[in-house]
Amino acid sequence: MIINGVSIDDTFAEAFGMRGTRVIITAQNLKWAYNAAQAMTGFATSVIACGVEAGIERELAPEETPDGRPGVSILMFAMGSAVLMKQLETRMGQCVLTCPTAAAFSGLEGGDRINLGKNLRFFGDGFQTSKVFGGKRYWRVPVMDGEFMTEETTGMVRAVGGGNFLILAESQPQALAACEAAIEAMKKIPNVIMPFPGGVVRSGSKVGSKYKSLIASTNDAFCPTLKGITKTELSPEIESVMEIVIDGLTADDINKAMKVGIAAACELGAANGIKRISAGNYGGKLGPFLFKLREIMSGDYA
Amino acid sequence: MSALTFTLKTAPQQRVDLSALTPDALADKSLADIAAIELPSGHDKPRVDTLFDISGDDASDIVIKNATDRLDYIGHGMRSGRITVHGNVGSYLAFKLRKGEIVLHGNAGDFAASGMAGGLLHVHGNVGDFLASAIIGERRGMKGGTVIITGNAGERAGDQMRRGLVLIEGNVGSYCASRMIAGTIGVMGTTGEYLAYGMRRGTVLLNNAPKLHATIQDCGSHTLPFLSLMFKSFRDLPTKFAAVNRNRVQRYAGDIANDGKGEILVFK
Repeated sequence: MIINGVSIDDTFAEAFGMRGTRVIITAQNLKWAYNAAQAMTGFATSVIACGVEAGIERELAPEETPDGRPGVSILMFAMGSAVLMKQLETRMGQCVLTCPTAAAFSGLEGGDRINLGKNLRFFGDGFQTSKVFGGKRYWRVPVMDGEFMTEETTGMVRAVGGGNFLILAESQPQALAACEAAIEAMKKIPNVIMPFPGGVVRSGSKVGSKYKSLIASTNDAFCPTLKGITKTELSPEIESVMEIVIDGLTADDINKAMKVGIAAACELGAANGIKRISAGNYGGKLGPFLFKLREIMSGDYA
Repeated sequence: MSALTFTLKTAPQQRVDLSALTPDALADKSLADIAAIELPSGHDKPRVDTLFDISGDDASDIVIKNATDRLDYIGHGMRSGRITVHGNVGSYLAFKLRKGEIVLHGNAGDFAASGMAGGLLHVHGNVGDFLASAIIGERRGMKGGTVIITGNAGERAGDQMRRGLVLIEGNVGSYCASRMIAGTIGVMGTTGEYLAYGMRRGTVLLNNAPKLHATIQDCGSHTLPFLSLMFKSFRDLPTKFAAVNRNRVQRYAGDIANDGKGEILVFK
């Protein structure tokens, strides 16, 4: 399969079941909603060392938020419910409770109910109060800027993490430009985040290492500088490879995001040095979700 | 199907307990069965058909016409459906209401919405004392649901109220929110003496500055974000409160003689 001169590999991305949640952060204005949200989703690129993978899903207009203020929605994913609950609570406490004017609300109606502000209320040292509106409990915690308001719980659902594709280009700037175009398009898709910096990861990994203490190491088959000394996956003209990782609430959401992302990268085409699209997998034996690139690009997902 | 309608023939001499006439209690009964129900009234137990003309057949939509203030316990423990009452009613309107809707076009006596745990009570008129309060011997008043009073309420409105929402578009008497445990009371008109006496938690929302006793303390003027959320939850309610959208308030806390976590918010 070739799209605008870009070869689409006959391969697939291999993804795993995760637990996901959505939190709505509002504040006096978007600037402060972003300050809280960026802190909350900071250091949340990979579950390998961060505990969760998190990102900002989209901006919310005042009429879309529970309290009528501008806000953003955050998606957060972890390999298990215990980790997700712990990380959510920790990040709420350090990043949203602390952020001036910020408030937090549930972003998922269904699913299992997990603590959002339920335990943060104890920061109020006995001065906290709760209110129930429309069957939902909210906590008001007195803080120095006024009151911190948070919904008691949010929803947790079974989700999918680790959807990905690789962009192989003739130069580093060209690979990055294609990634930027892909991320811009993918940001418009609901229910997904691309957790790495700017949505892009340059240090794709393989399982295992020559060092016994490491569980993952550099994906040497896709490292352009090792073309001559390793069992490379790269043809001579490829000088840079970058990966986009996608976590989504459902496999279908990831399908849609991959389709528009790959399409955006391919739009730049071979004329801009984009040569191939590939994907990372473990042979299809580990992850229950397989996202086959050619099927996605020939299907009707976006 | 038309609403099951009870039209009072003449005002009874004694008070009558209408607990038996709720949508769930009448759901599977024939008109003959309903007519034969005996209603406690003093030492007597008059049949329903001796007191009321009965028409209609939809037990989920009950209408009571020509009501008088001797009809007590309307909607007692009701769990579904709707009761509409035309005329004044006696005490214990919507007593222990669980679910459903009671609409009164007239005035109610004491202890309306006492022990109410859910549903909606909408009174187009005034209510007596102890609205949404605990009856004597009980330690908790209203426990949930929504009460809307378009007129005035008497004394002790919200006494020992535990949860839920009471919106009074008129005035209230003395000791409003006394010993209140939690929940929300809104008053558009004026309030009497000893507002929030012994109040433990909860919110009283006022349009007019109240006369406060010594153990209610001024906490200053504030713009409280939770009020936006609260007024948003009022939007679909059939009340003047649905149009309110102000979150600048003077905050008073108390009663500090009883934990002091209650609040009185007065619009600025």
